[in-house]
Amino acid sequence: MKYIGKEMSRVDGVAKVTGRAKYAVEYKVNDPAYGYIVQSTVAKGRISKIDTSKAEKLPGVLKILTHQNALKVEEETRQFRALQSDTVLFCGQPIALVVADTFEQARYAANLVEIEYAKEQPSTDFSDTERVQSRGPAPRGKPAEELAGSPVKIEAEYSIPIEHHNPMEPHGATAFWEGDKLTVFDKSQGVYGVRGHLSRSFGIPEGNVNVISLFVGGAFGSSLNVNYYPFLAALAAREVKRPVKLSLTRRQMFTGHGYRPYTTQKVSIGAESTGKFRSIIHEGATNTSTYEDFTESTTRFGRTLYECPNYDSPYYLLKTDLPTPTWMRAPGAVSGAFALESAIDELSYELKIDPVELRLINYADKDPETGRPFSSKALKECFTAGAKKFGWEKRKFAPRSMRDGDLLVGWGTAVGTWGAFQAPATAKIRVRNDGSALVGSGTTDIGPGTYTVCTIIAAESLGIDPKKIEFVLGDTELPRAPSQGGSITTASVGSAVYGAAGEIRRKLVDLVARKEGTALFGASFEDTELVDGNLRLKSDASRSMRVVDVLKEGGVEFVEVEYQSRPSAERQKYTTMAHGAQFVEVKVDESLGIIKVTRVVEATACGRIINPLTSHSQEMGGVVWGIGMALQEATEIDHRYGKMMTTNLADYHVPVAADVFSVETDFVEEKDEIVNELGIKGMGELCLVGIPAAIANAVYHATGKRVRDLPVTPDKLL
Amino acid sequence: MHERKIWRRTQESNSNPTNWDTAIPFIPFITVLTIDPENLALRNPALISSRKHPPIRPKNEMPEISLNVNGKKMSVDADPSTPLLWVLREKLGLTGPKYSCGIAVCGACMVHVDGKTVPSCNTPVSEVMDGEITTIEGLSENGDHPVQKAWIEEQVPQCGYCQSGQIMRAAELLANKPNPNRQEIFDHMKRVLCRCATYYRIVKAIEKAAKDGE
Repeated sequence: MKYIGKEMSRVDGVAKVTGRAKYAVEYKVNDPAYGYIVQSTVAKGRISKIDTSKAEKLPGVLKILTHQNALKVEEETRQFRALQSDTVLFCGQPIALVVADTFEQARYAANLVEIEYAKEQPSTDFSDTERVQSRGPAPRGKPAEELAGSPVKIEAEYSIPIEHHNPMEPHGATAFWEGDKLTVFDKSQGVYGVRGHLSRSFGIPEGNVNVISLFVGGAFGSSLNVNYYPFLAALAAREVKRPVKLSLTRRQMFTGHGYRPYTTQKVSIGAESTGKFRSIIHEGATNTSTYEDFTESTTRFGRTLYECPNYDSPYYLLKTDLPTPTWMRAPGAVSGAFALESAIDELSYELKIDPVELRLINYADKDPETGRPFSSKALKECFTAGAKKFGWEKRKFAPRSMRDGDLLVGWGTAVGTWGAFQAPATAKIRVRNDGSALVGSGTTDIGPGTYTVCTIIAAESLGIDPKKIEFVLGDTELPRAPSQGGSITTASVGSAVYGAAGEIRRKLVDLVARKEGTALFGASFEDTELVDGNLRLKSDASRSMRVVDVLKEGGVEFVEVEYQSRPSAERQKYTTMAHGAQFVEVKVDESLGIIKVTRVVEATACGRIINPLTSHSQEMGGVVWGIGMALQEATEIDHRYGKMMTTNLADYHVPVAADVFSVETDFVEEKDEIVNELGIKGMGELCLVGIPAAIANAVYHATGKRVRDLPVTPDKLL
Repeated sequence: MHERKIWRRTQESNSNPTNWDTAIPFIPFITVLTIDPENLALRNPALISSRKHPPIRPKNEMPEISLNVNGKKMSVDADPSTPLLWVLREKLGLTGPKYSCGIAVCGACMVHVDGKTVPSCNTPVSEVMDGEITTIEGLSENGDHPVQKAWIEEQVPQCGYCQSGQIMRAAELLANKPNPNRQEIFDHMKRVLCRCATYYRIVKAIEKAAKDGE
């Protein structure tokens, strides 16, 4: 491999350090108008009166849209759509949109919209809400009986508050119409999803809608679902017959795109005195809205992670008068892992077995749920490599037994796991007679480096220097590809690019294989390869032609293919997962309750790494997300009013530079020929999964205090 | 995006797909990103020529404000209390500084005024009329400020949205303290949030820029 696996600088790096990369509301459009959203101040009830007359009289105000005059959409969905009725479903619901010449005029006018409500008492207190059992797999074995009969047992309850993605770029869109053709620049993880939604909403063909998302300033799941605002921007643009820019404020984002749900879990583990698990019951509940069921696989990840004959993972939904939650980085997995990996740590003290050892005792060599083999699983190697680098053998077993001066030192570990998924994806390649190539696919790049890794894969499989390759994405004019989420992009779109390159080679071979007198006369497709700008025989590298000469010989200026890749049938015979082992050191000032995560070693096995530079960036980011989740992040709710309270970046704490000390991320490469031809598994979520548990476990090791309710803030240690 | 149009055209008329190719040369990736999205009219000239509605603006009663931005005198119509960020982004088209928190806690909107970083999202434009304002667009001519170069070498960017604020803040630090230690870097940079959490590389890039500047 010449390019894959080698470090390559980001192709979008210069654009991003010079301020030239453009995000959704930064495109220069002609004479834009600005939208500002008016939100409900009650959480449940009905709008009894809405008076826009004062606001409409202000200079610059062009239009005020409410449920009384907005287009009613016929799209069938349970997802929230704005301005469709007078019903109030959550506090912060958009109930009017002011459109004005300037942002300031729109915002001021929004304050003058007068609204009266017929209020009802909202229900948002999780302990007090309707609990509905959700779908899920049947129990494995006889969990309850075997738990009762186990010689060693632990049972504990855990909770995680609502958390918000808080990407640095607020959600927003720029929309304009040309006749019945609509163009929307959106902050989106999936341009095709937004296109379908807009097409259905306005009753126009999909081909009339162009959704573009070239750069996304972080999203972490918050732009996976279709949010309500692109429709509002497009509707406003149609009403005022001008391009409209609509950006949420930070406060509006908290109710604008979903969040990680509140999660409560109970884990019961029954084990033999040898440490062998006999039964696990992992029960969980997450909150959702009243109008839509949002579910996660919170309690299920452990079923494929540990060898345990009896397993149950019941899961419930709590109906609340809040907006619907959504996927947030490592959805379900990180929440489930916090409870399960904490519980296993608790059990290790009960059994007096080292927590790494306990996990190895229960290591699953094949998928315990289905009996299928893993396509690859180097978790054991991750433990070995991570423990060695961390110095785990120097750990003293007893809590409160390690110190650094006045500070208590704690070492904790946990496992992370995430599925190695792949979705159908299409890519298009054009190789031109100047030796360059244009490659495109309608996915997005929200930051992980898709532009760069797809350029690398194209360079490798086309035998063309990456500098001569332009990879484009984020536009519904490009062939359909999945949204960027679930850590599937490189496996899916990368496979499409790789497959398309193969079809390019086929076309090139067809151009010359029947031409007598050329070096490749009589060549078969199977016996050819593309290397360094040449098409040549695998069996005889001296029979070679420059690709540009092949095109010339064939009398064409370029060759072009569109190719769709799909997950292979072979995959179905295997369980495909990525794994990682995490080691964390915390130092705790007991008199103040302050915790510092001083050292993290993360060893990850997620197939082949395409670009170590961008991969390590993602892994480090995931670790820091884990620090935020473990120690800082929480969206507090005032249950009297059903209102989110910490809706700004002063009150919603996220990690800053001073919270991050030593973070080492290592990859244990797996050669996996099953997952896909390139052996790619994905990593964006995996790196976060075990970290909150590992931190909480380290805090227990340092202090002897088990905190089961995140975040582990100083008050919980005092 | 010229290229994308080629594809669109190719789909429409398969009979003659090559005309566009010869007309428009290959544009390297970075060039496309730097010139094309700047102006939508480039991508779609029809947008301007087909516009039927006249500009709808209230009678201009705003005072004219003169600013010195990136070494150029500029004047804008804006209320004196308008945050500097909105003037830069919406009136002057300088979208390098970003809106993110709106309350001066995240640092994405950082610009230099007389060499000092200020959060432009809550600085009234009237307060900086006498100052020299520098945005990321004016930090260097070709993205070759030592901090920008170190940023690329250490591969700091992920989503990229906070980068302007980070770089302006780092440039300020190094201008005043050419060899900061780690604690000084933490103390100075903790003011600017990065949700991709690429902090470790930010610190390394600053150390690299400091070393290269010796």
